[in-house]
Amino acid sequence: MKAINYLPLITKNSFRNRRRSLLTIGSLMVSLCLLVMLMAMYKVLFYGSEQTPAQAVRIMMRHKVSLAQALPLSYEGKIRQVPGVKAVSLRQWFGGTYRDAREMRNFFPRFAVRPADLFEAYPEYVIPEEQKQAFVRERTGCVASKHLAEKFGWQVGERITLVGDIFPTTLELNLVGLYDEPNKFDVLFFNWDYLRDGLKAAGTLDLDFTSQYLVLADSPDNVPRVVKAIDDMFDNSPFPTKTESEQAFALSFVGFLGNLKMFLLAIGGAVTFTILLVSANTLSMSVRERIREVGVLKTLGFTPGTIFGILLGEGVMIAIVGGVLGCALAEGFCMMLRSAPIPIQQIRVMNVTPLIFMISLLISLLVGLISAMVPAAGAARRPILDSLRHTG
Amino acid sequence: MAIPIAYNLRNLVVRKTTTVMTAVGIGLTVAVLVADMALVEGLRTAFKATGNPLQLVVMRKGSNAELNSTVTREAFQIMKVEPRIAVNDAREPMASPEILTVVNLPSVDSPTGMNLTVRALSQVGVEMRGAKIQPGGRWFQSGQREIVVGKSVAKRYPNAQPGKRVRFGRGEWEVVGVFDAGDSAFNSEIWGELNQIGPDFNRQDTVNSVLVRATDSASLQALKNSLNDDRRLGVDAMPEREYYDQQTSSGAPLQIFGLLVAVIMAVGSSFAAMNTMYAAVARRAKEIGTLRVLGFSRGSIMLSFLIESLLLALIGGVLGCLLALPINGVTTGVGSFATFSEIAFDFRVSPGGMLAGIIFALVVGAIGGLFPAGSAARKEILTALREI
Repeated sequence: MKAINYLPLITKNSFRNRRRSLLTIGSLMVSLCLLVMLMAMYKVLFYGSEQTPAQAVRIMMRHKVSLAQALPLSYEGKIRQVPGVKAVSLRQWFGGTYRDAREMRNFFPRFAVRPADLFEAYPEYVIPEEQKQAFVRERTGCVASKHLAEKFGWQVGERITLVGDIFPTTLELNLVGLYDEPNKFDVLFFNWDYLRDGLKAAGTLDLDFTSQYLVLADSPDNVPRVVKAIDDMFDNSPFPTKTESEQAFALSFVGFLGNLKMFLLAIGGAVTFTILLVSANTLSMSVRERIREVGVLKTLGFTPGTIFGILLGEGVMIAIVGGVLGCALAEGFCMMLRSAPIPIQQIRVMNVTPLIFMISLLISLLVGLISAMVPAAGAARRPILDSLRHTG
Repeated sequence: MAIPIAYNLRNLVVRKTTTVMTAVGIGLTVAVLVADMALVEGLRTAFKATGNPLQLVVMRKGSNAELNSTVTREAFQIMKVEPRIAVNDAREPMASPEILTVVNLPSVDSPTGMNLTVRALSQVGVEMRGAKIQPGGRWFQSGQREIVVGKSVAKRYPNAQPGKRVRFGRGEWEVVGVFDAGDSAFNSEIWGELNQIGPDFNRQDTVNSVLVRATDSASLQALKNSLNDDRRLGVDAMPEREYYDQQTSSGAPLQIFGLLVAVIMAVGSSFAAMNTMYAAVARRAKEIGTLRVLGFSRGSIMLSFLIESLLLALIGGVLGCLLALPINGVTTGVGSFATFSEIAFDFRVSPGGMLAGIIFALVVGAIGGLFPAGSAARKEILTALREI
């Protein structure tokens, strides 16, 4: 007989003790959901989310020692001459405080940029044309992501005051536009020239430096070459640089959260082991209860091999159902996270990719097989008379 | 009358495979929680041990971190003649102007580089922190491009070792020693001379912060008020202890993450515990009937099964604490948003953390045992006795 013919029997047996099956599936579902979330998190934090064509050509350049050290503006002309470079722009971290700095909620990145360059480098930012023009035109203008604006209830026309800390100046900004972008990052951009004016007025330092250069390569294939050419060019200068793709740059902040890689792996291991225990425990309970029944099956002519197969099938069935439900639950959580107030912005874009789904199904399959192995083998081997005589 | 606990204990022993499997499941959950608490406790210890109760960190008004504060040297000159500032043996005022910056060096955990705080200070600043240089090294010398590294830095950064050179600012700096600042967060810093590092960052006119020591605890508040109220200075003085205490929150993302994982795992474990207890109830239907015939009430049967579940969870809890113990003393690092750099600390499995783990396990056991115990208590004597 073909294995498929046993499917109804396996299904029926899997759910004969409905409460136990549901509890087991529930337990597996929750644990696998956690495992899937850990995998999704690992993926976005250490491999990044899917690269868009626009992101694939963006390169970030900063001082080799740290972001806190600046690069001279004179580098711009030199970078432009590197073959494969399409455009160069700059980005200055402003820091400062909005309302009350003691509240984490009020913290979001604020960058001084050249308004005309911003939307060229980020074609995925969707903004009405007239708002874009206003940003280019108005010196005190600023734009914010829709997500950020919603957080504070800002409307176009909002006055936003940022009190400088690194820079001794206070910015009185006028929100002239809101852009929408897929990653839902909280960022505010304002005019670089306005920052320069403010510093001049304060009579302190001239803004002849920037904390980051944003370089656009003409094609994704040229990115590694451009990165190397730039770093080689400035290696022996007083301001050596560290240049990397935008994605690598974003991932470089992950180390800030501590040794997350090890935590994720350790917890993932603990969770997998727990799943195995739960599943094995249930199956051995369920097999123990049916020793007599297995004896009956054998008298009816079922071979030990078939019985072994049926019991394995039960384990796999329960584990796979738990796995699929776990993935669904995890995707639900990921959707909830998309609008959650998390400081680590990458977490917001995590999702259950087809690969992660396949891996978790594979894990479920293995958990089912391994946990059913010992009880199933025991039941299959037990002599008929012994089984029939068993009480308990 | 209550059913003796020995009955439950023996039951757990008889079904030892199931007991062990369920207990280990709960144990792993507890281990995650205890490790999470050990992380927070370790971070707290590092920051709690930082700072002298008589000292104040002086920063620009509105700044809440040294890195983005600026204080002019002029303001420092005004500040240091303040009469409530203590003097050292050399009759110098104990006021230390300091410059902070951040360098990126590869660490054992992140070979691509991690941020470290570089603090430029004078001899007075070193003295005010009571740090000791470890044998074999020496402090940086005046007028030399030399630096010393904290003991955690030396442990975690292969390039920041005595004899090696570190590149930042306008050139290279020689590491001449390793210092030990007790359990404090300063062990995660690199120190160099103010007048050497300052010019490399064009900081001849300003510093980030000033550390001052009051003559005694009575004058501390007065010193703080007089600095805060002096409009020429434009500064906020904050007790050093309080300043570092605030930074404990830099472990918050990991802490919340660990807590969430533990709670989710607990849901899974309580389902598993419930399964185990339902199976126990089903297997012992006849026993339950017998116990009822002997005169034990429904209440005592319910209590008995609940106790059994709690015992099972307790074994799991103890197991979890044991599993988490090896993490005690392991050094790790976490980024602090206040300094934009890494603070190294040791995991600390505290009695409080273990107690919390055990309580957590008992909650899991109680949730897992409640319904099965209820169903055991509800069984009718005759049907229970008739079950096989």
